[in-house]
Amino acid sequence: MVPISYYLILSGILFACGVTGFLIKRNIISIFMSIELMLNGVNLSFVAFAAQWHALSGQIFVFFVMVVAAAETAVGLAIIIAVYRTRETLNVDQVDLLKL
Amino acid sequence: MTPDLHLWLIPVLPLLGAALNGLFGKNFSRQTVAGVALSFSGAAFAMVLFVAFRFSSLSMPHVEFLAPWIRAGKFQVDFSFYLDQLSLVMLLVVTGVGFLIHFYAVGYMWEEGGFYRFFTYLNLFMFFMLTLVLASNYLLMFIGWEGVGLASYLLIGFWFTKVSAAAAGKKAFIVNRVGDFGFLIALFLLIKHFGSLNFDQVFQSVIPMGAETGAAGLLTAVGLLLMVGAAGKSAQIPLYVWLPDAMEGPTPVSALIHAATMVTAGVYMVSRSHVIFERAPMALTVVAIIGTLTALFAATIGITQTDIKKVLAYSTISQLGYMFMACGVGAFSAGIFHLMTHAFFKGLLFLAAGSVIHAVSGEQDMRQMGGLRTKIPWTFWTMTIATFAIAGIPPFAGFFSKDEILWRAYQVSWVYWFIGLFTAFVTSFYMFRLWFMTFFGEYRGTAESHEDSAHDLAHDDTRAGAPAPHGHGHGGIHESPWVMVVPLVVLAFLSLSGGWIGVPGSLGGSNHFDKFLGPVFHSTIAAGAEGHGLAAPPRKETEGPEPQTGHATELIFTGISVFAGLLGFFLAWQLYYRNPQLPQQIAAGLGTLYNAVVHKYYIDELYATLFVKPLIAGSALILWHGIDQDVIDASVDNGAHGANEVSDSIRHMQSGNLRSYAGWVAAGAAAVIAYMVWMGTR
Amino acid sequence: MTHLIVFLFFGALCVAGAVNLLIQRHPINSALSLVVVMASLAVEYLLLGAEFVAAVQVIVYAGAVMVLFVFVIMLLNAGEEERTKGSRVAWLFGVPGVLVGSVLVGWVLIERTGSQTVSAGALPGAPRTIGWLLFHNFLLPFEVTSILVLIAIMGAVVLASHPDADQGKKEG
Repeated sequence: MVPISYYLILSGILFACGVTGFLIKRNIISIFMSIELMLNGVNLSFVAFAAQWHALSGQIFVFFVMVVAAAETAVGLAIIIAVYRTRETLNVDQVDLLKL
Repeated sequence: MTPDLHLWLIPVLPLLGAALNGLFGKNFSRQTVAGVALSFSGAAFAMVLFVAFRFSSLSMPHVEFLAPWIRAGKFQVDFSFYLDQLSLVMLLVVTGVGFLIHFYAVGYMWEEGGFYRFFTYLNLFMFFMLTLVLASNYLLMFIGWEGVGLASYLLIGFWFTKVSAAAAGKKAFIVNRVGDFGFLIALFLLIKHFGSLNFDQVFQSVIPMGAETGAAGLLTAVGLLLMVGAAGKSAQIPLYVWLPDAMEGPTPVSALIHAATMVTAGVYMVSRSHVIFERAPMALTVVAIIGTLTALFAATIGITQTDIKKVLAYSTISQLGYMFMACGVGAFSAGIFHLMTHAFFKGLLFLAAGSVIHAVSGEQDMRQMGGLRTKIPWTFWTMTIATFAIAGIPPFAGFFSKDEILWRAYQVSWVYWFIGLFTAFVTSFYMFRLWFMTFFGEYRGTAESHEDSAHDLAHDDTRAGAPAPHGHGHGGIHESPWVMVVPLVVLAFLSLSGGWIGVPGSLGGSNHFDKFLGPVFHSTIAAGAEGHGLAAPPRKETEGPEPQTGHATELIFTGISVFAGLLGFFLAWQLYYRNPQLPQQIAAGLGTLYNAVVHKYYIDELYATLFVKPLIAGSALILWHGIDQDVIDASVDNGAHGANEVSDSIRHMQSGNLRSYAGWVAAGAAAVIAYMVWMGTR
Repeated sequence: MTHLIVFLFFGALCVAGAVNLLIQRHPINSALSLVVVMASLAVEYLLLGAEFVAAVQVIVYAGAVMVLFVFVIMLLNAGEEERTKGSRVAWLFGVPGVLVGSVLVGWVLIERTGSQTVSAGALPGAPRTIGWLLFHNFLLPFEVTSILVLIAIMGAVVLASHPDADQGKKEG
């Protein structure tokens, strides 16, 4: 019998780690992986709430999140490859052509 | 029911002329412009003559209502005109002399640029002056008052490309404004205490009031303030400084505005308000003192001036002083009489001076003239008549008017009489000095050869920027064209005979002039209210009918003043004809005194230090740098600058750096979450 | 009791993996830590009774997505991260912001839920039920996501294709 708040705390920690990773990391791919981490954390809280309220739609939502995450990963990595081809670098600090 | 005289035509006709010339004159030929100007001002004169012929059939005063103007509760001011004997005299002088000067100006200005502009302004001036004279309330009079100031500014600075002319125009207008300030406060006092500005209503309210004793009181205040306005307009101490500078304008302007008409507006206004002044003896005394002092002061300066027009300018100030002296001793009709004769002979003097200047190709320094009497005979003879008139030699016009003033002044205080007498001597002296220097002796100038008008000795009116100096290179000294000579002759005739309608009883006449103006000055508003008790304060300086006793005394005094005039002639003859080297020696001998007089007692410099410089410095420092630059400009600049700074700092947000974007997003999200949590827990 | 112990053990594993992802400099190490996180999460799902989700997590996430990541890392030969100029904003505002935000959210959630507990296997996670829901109540989202996946595939192929290969194909 685990209090629901434990699951939520865990989810929160994962999410915070994800955001921090996004802010700290310099490698584009690492940043991308932090995004995945965030998504996972959110998935956990979805399932936890679904369990609390006995609502199956929570799981369905997790299902969709996973699908979208997978699609996003595919496209994102393709973009990263394209960027690597033109910029020759995976360091996000050096891809700043949009600055004023 | 009084017949409708269409008085409004009198001012409006010159206004139409001004409008016509002003709007279309650029495309008219000179003949057309002159024709328009002359016909409209001549029509006004004809209108006045028509009114004069019908005059005896009118009841006095004749008020003609045109249109309502201000209706504010109980305060009411309308466009309406007021005709009585005083107005009629002024109208005849203004339109008559004005028309003659228009005529003369056609010839004088023929070769000048801006011909149509000149006559537009001249007609405009006539309109305003006639409004001033015909107004039936102080406010309409004030409009005319301001308007003639404007016309004066426009005409003094007619050659506006010349710096000194533009500056003189500004000076005239600004000094006038100082006087107008006093006038306005007087109007405010009248509105406050009498609730009206109409002559009829104000005077009806004032008449039952008794004479004020002491130095304070409502009527004294009004009188003093009106005098401030009159001092500005009629160039009395301390606001006379603009008139000598006004000689920058063309000579017909000097003749019309600064001799015959505008400067007399102050005298007219004081005479019109005689009801107020008679009940404020302190104000009346102030008027007399100012007039007397100014007469003497200006005359002494006139002795030393070398520019022919400047001499005449100071002479005008001095003669105006006589008029105010007359008003100040209660002899209002004598003052108006002198106003009329002065218009004749001073107008003639200016026009003749213009003719002289025209003859010697623009030279105005008398030291460069001389021996002109054989070369320009018409000018010489007319100017001679005018000079004798102003010196007070019988039977010319000036003698009668000046003599009457002196006699009435003596009846109040011998001090006034003595100063007036001495001033008459000085007047005669400097006028004959002018006469001798200009027309007698050897010609000392250079206009016989091809003119070189760069003689800046006379400091003014060399018109270096104008197209051609006023001699148009004829070479040689020549008489003026008939257009200019005819008005001279007419005015000469008037200067000779103009005084004969005021021959006093002591000399066998019956002083028609005084009788004519009697209803204005002797009783209250005519038609009705006879003096009840306090109405006509019984004092020695009351305007009363000519005293029938004391003819012998009067004749003695008349003889004394004639003697003073002849003495001036004799002295001038000695110094400027017989021994022309004496004046230099005397001047050298007098040293600093002479210097002070030549520099007009340094009054202009005094005003500059006391008023002009601090005002300019204050304006530059406070208004310009302090407010305009540091507050207004700065607020706009700083607004723009601030916007620049803000956007400059904000633009650093867009760095292209992905992580900083993410950082902002995270921070923003945290802020939103915090806010929502806070709202939720409230 | 065992529920709690298992939960704590795999929870700690999750957090350790997440932190390791942050610490590692070579992306391949981060990727492997992420795999660890996902596996532990699958166990957590199981504890909650969501078997289908756990299975999908392992198969799709750990099995496909992470493989893709590792593949790309290898392809691009990503080396260790260099030290470059970071972003002050990220450090000054972002990280504290994250901490504040998550603390606040956590605090609220904890207050709301209080001491409610969940028992092991609370969810009926039978695949049959889920399938039924997918094709009845959630049919539209289901179809839309399939189109989404199709688009993603096409996009990825286009974006990642070698430019020379395309030209070669055209000429050839």
